[in-house]
Formats: sequence, C-alpha cells, structure tokens
Amino acid sequence: MPRPMPLSPSLPTDGLIVVAKRDCPTCTLIEPVYRELAGGGLPVSVYSQDDPGFPSNIKGVRDDRSLEASFHLDVEIVPTLIRMEGGKEAGRRIGWHRGEWEELAGVRGLGKGLPAQQPGCGSKSVEPGVREQLLARFGGLLKARQIEVSPMEDPEEVCFERGWTDGLPVVPPTDERVVRMLSGTRRDPQEVVGLIPPNLAECTVEKVAINAVMAGCKPEYMPVVLGVLEAALLPNFAMHGLLCTLYFSGPVVIINGPVAKRIGMNCGLNALGQGNRANAAIGRTLQLIIRNVGGGIPGGIDRAALGNPGKYTFCFAEDESDPEWEPLSVWRGVPRGKSAVTLFHGDGVTAFVDHGARTPEELVRSMATSLVAVGHVKLAQWSNAILVLTPEHYRVFREAGWDRRRITDALHDATTRPGRDLIKGAQGLHEGIDPKFADQMVPKFWRDHGLMIVRAGGEAGMFSGIIGGWSAGRFHDDVQPVTKEIVE
Amino acid sequence: MSNAFTMRDPTGEAASVQRERLKPPPSLDGLTIGLLDIGKTRSDEFLDSVDRLLTERGHTVRRYAKPTNAKPAPIAVVQNIAAECDIVVEALAD
Repeated sequence: MPRPMPLSPSLPTDGLIVVAKRDCPTCTLIEPVYRELAGGGLPVSVYSQDDPGFPSNIKGVRDDRSLEASFHLDVEIVPTLIRMEGGKEAGRRIGWHRGEWEELAGVRGLGKGLPAQQPGCGSKSVEPGVREQLLARFGGLLKARQIEVSPMEDPEEVCFERGWTDGLPVVPPTDERVVRMLSGTRRDPQEVVGLIPPNLAECTVEKVAINAVMAGCKPEYMPVVLGVLEAALLPNFAMHGLLCTLYFSGPVVIINGPVAKRIGMNCGLNALGQGNRANAAIGRTLQLIIRNVGGGIPGGIDRAALGNPGKYTFCFAEDESDPEWEPLSVWRGVPRGKSAVTLFHGDGVTAFVDHGARTPEELVRSMATSLVAVGHVKLAQWSNAILVLTPEHYRVFREAGWDRRRITDALHDATTRPGRDLIKGAQGLHEGIDPKFADQMVPKFWRDHGLMIVRAGGEAGMFSGIIGGWSAGRFHDDVQPVTKEIVE
Repeated sequence: MSNAFTMRDPTGEAASVQRERLKPPPSLDGLTIGLLDIGKTRSDEFLDSVDRLLTERGHTVRRYAKPTNAKPAPIAVVQNIAAECDIVVEALAD
C-alpha cells in the first residue's frame, strides 16, 4: 500500500529533532546529551512519546503522546536523532552512538562518562496495532464519508439500520480496520476498480476494503477480493443482469492456484458448506459490494423469485492436490502456477449419487442422467452447469487414465439427445426446445464453456455436486463464465 | 485513540436525482412510436401485436431490440430511440 507521508507543518524544518520516551532505558541514560546537543548552535526539538516531563533538563519538550510527530517522522526506534535542512531530512541516527550523534549534530564531547553506544527501544508508534491507528488518524488514506456512532448506539445495529448488511451482522468498518485491510494490497486506496452495477457507482480500493472488513475478510484476502470483483465486472459476466434476474442464480466464485492454499481456503471436506473464513468472507464481500456500492438490493432491482442461499456467499477453491489433474483455471487459459478466479452464474447444489459405477463409461452415463435435468430435462443449451467432482468419483476416472478433457467430452456426448424427445409438446410437456430441432441430435450444454468440472470435496462419499446455471446461459456469446488471473 | 466511534460509509455515496415523469402526450397523432424488444422469450410476439394495432391506426412505428435481456441496452440503441422517437414502449414477456 502506498503511504502518503506529508511532513506535518508543525514539524521543524531546520535543526535537530530527537524522539524519545521515558520508558526506554537508553533514552533516560542519555538524558544529559539532549541538552548538550544545543551546543552546536542548531535549534533542538525533543519529542517525548510518553511523558512531556521527560527529559526534565529541557524546556519546551514537545508532547508527542498522540504520536503524530513520531508517525510523520516514521520513527521505529527511540531514541532517534534527525537532522533537518530546509524541510528535508539530512540524516538520521537510531539508538545511541556517540560518534554518530556527534557527527550528525556537529557537536563534540557528547555524553561524557556514558557508554559509547547502546541500542534503543521500539518506538511507541510501531507497537502492535498502533501503526494502523496512526495511519487511520494521520495518514490521510481514507476518503469515504465518516459515519459517527453515538455511545448510546450499538455499531452493529447501526449497520443494520442503514441497510448495509445481507441480513447477517457485519463487522463495523472502523478506520483502523479499513486501514489494516488496505495493508493487504499495494494498490492505491483511491484507485477506481470499476463501476458497480446496477447504479454504475465508482468503486475505489478503499470501498472494497470497507466492504471486505464488513464481510469478515483478513487483509491477505484483498488480492483475491479485488480479482473477484474485477472478474465480476467483465462484460460477459453480465453482473447487472445476474443481479436483476427472476432466476435463482448468483455469482459462484472458484479460486485456483497458490493463493488458495496461502490464505487457507477450503477445497476439501464440506468445501461448498460453512466453516471456512476465507471461503465465506470472499464470496460475501462481492455480494456486499454489489449491495452497498452498486445499490443492488433484493426487492429493489434484485427480482429473484426465490434466490438461493448461495447469494449470501458461494466461494470455494479447487482441489489441485493431484498433479495430473488440469486445474480449471489452466483449462480456461491461465498459465499453470498462477492464481485465478473463475466466476459462474450458479444456483444451489443438487446432489448426484452413484455408489455402483466402477467404470468411467458407466459413471459418465449415470452422471448424464442427472445433468440433463439442469433447468428442465427438456431444455438444452439453456443454462450452463458445474460438476463438482469428489475424490471417490474422480478415482473411478483416474484409475482408468481419464483426464479433464476426456471426462468433459464424454459428458457432452452422453448428454446429447434426440431433438424429437425435447421439442415443445414432446413427452406430453409443453416446455421444451424449438420444434425445428426435431430431427437433430441436441447437446445439453455448449461445448466450449457450458459444462465446467471442478474437483473438490472430502475423501469419502460416492456423491458429486451439480451446480445449475442461470437461464441467460442460453445467450452463448453474451453471457459466459469468466476466468481472470489474480494479481498479487 | 479517539473517543468518538466512527465508521466509514460502504456505499457509493451517490444520491438519486428525482425527476418528474414526462406527461403522456394528449394524442399520438403525428408522433413516432418506438417499440423496444428487450430480448425476453416471446417479446417479439407481443410487440408484433402492438405494432399491428398501432400501424392499423395510422401511427408511425419503429422497432428496436436489445441483443439480450441479460444485459442493459447498448448505448447506441438508447440514443437511436431518443433521436428517432417521441415515445417508446419497452416490453417484457415470457
């Protein structure tokens, strides 16, 4: 994160600056030195971090209990001696070292009888948690409107009342928390990430961080959160339409690559369920940004007839533990070894059960019976789907030497059906495809992006998951899953 | 560090502009009527009927279409309607 560091106008532009604290044995040991520094003719300003009565032999000690000067001077160790010339720092010495101090101050004979050198202590401005507080207070990083909460109010209730939540409590976005979240990215807090639908409101990195705090993210999730948001704004993801739809769907987030492991995402047991902070908070952040920044609110422009529980959050990682398995991101064009996000317009999860198939051919035929039911058995190339392949089902394919491409191709073949069975009116059901396809073989899914396989899940269970997709999947060229590399 | 508890606003900090609706024209005589097909299933059937009824009454009708109902109308479509029509019927059907 870039750190704007304008020198506070109250800091001296010329002369010597000492920053010290009483609590530091070195600072107290060299108390006589502070007075002797004035012998060189330069003005001397002593800032005390913890006690304006220290050093007692100096008049006009500057009270820096707020740590504002220490922050602006970027002091990490006390004592620190700084020489300023014309508003610029001409030199700095940390800890006590007679020779170095004499050279910088232009004074001889400092601290007679004292040890020649002694290391200092940590500055109060870099104690745990303090730096974020100082950045929030003096760093000028945050530009979002401040909302004051009276001591009589519960901040979490204020968040509810202001309509900032998805129905569950959020973490109140205090300055300290937002600044800490921003430490997770090198991007400028005021950089605009994109325009968030439906209101096409500008969303800065700072606004992303605020919503990430509320959703429960840790700072190290920020690169992933930013990547997810950027992917959601790609034109062919059609986030605006996905939000408005009557259909069930919401964004489903799948993370590939080293970042998933690094931030502790779950791709194993209960991968699609609750209990993992990164999975839960990253998916939730996207939804909160669309709600809060974009103004997309259920009952407002979100017109879903039913929605689905994944609209709180739906985010997981792919299991890449088998080096022979081609990760989803690689299949979608991202170089191997890079982290990436894939976004899918998904509904809830449908269980697929098969305890009996022992050959890949049979398992594919069996899976096809469930996959053709996505949306409606008689619809085709109407919605996309994800097959979440669990380890026990994957084993059947792996032992037979089948890779991602072979499984995908076989599933496409097995879900291609005679049009006469699917046309409107066939099987006594009006729902169905255009009668012009009666004499053709009709694939259930678009061959290129209509069916994506993701490996995930716990070791035991002859089940796989089917995540059905949005009805707008029928617009092959206009609405597609998207994959984007995550830049860390 | 600070006594006041403050939070940062997570919203777009935008305020809506309240605009008056245009009054319906007293008569359709001499006006050009745009029909926008938003791309929903069977929108075309519905608009064909509206088109026929208006044309039978001697009105000038122009047809427009969004490529897909899944995305907002392209700016060019919106601008063309604004430039070429006096009123527009935006239809939804399923």
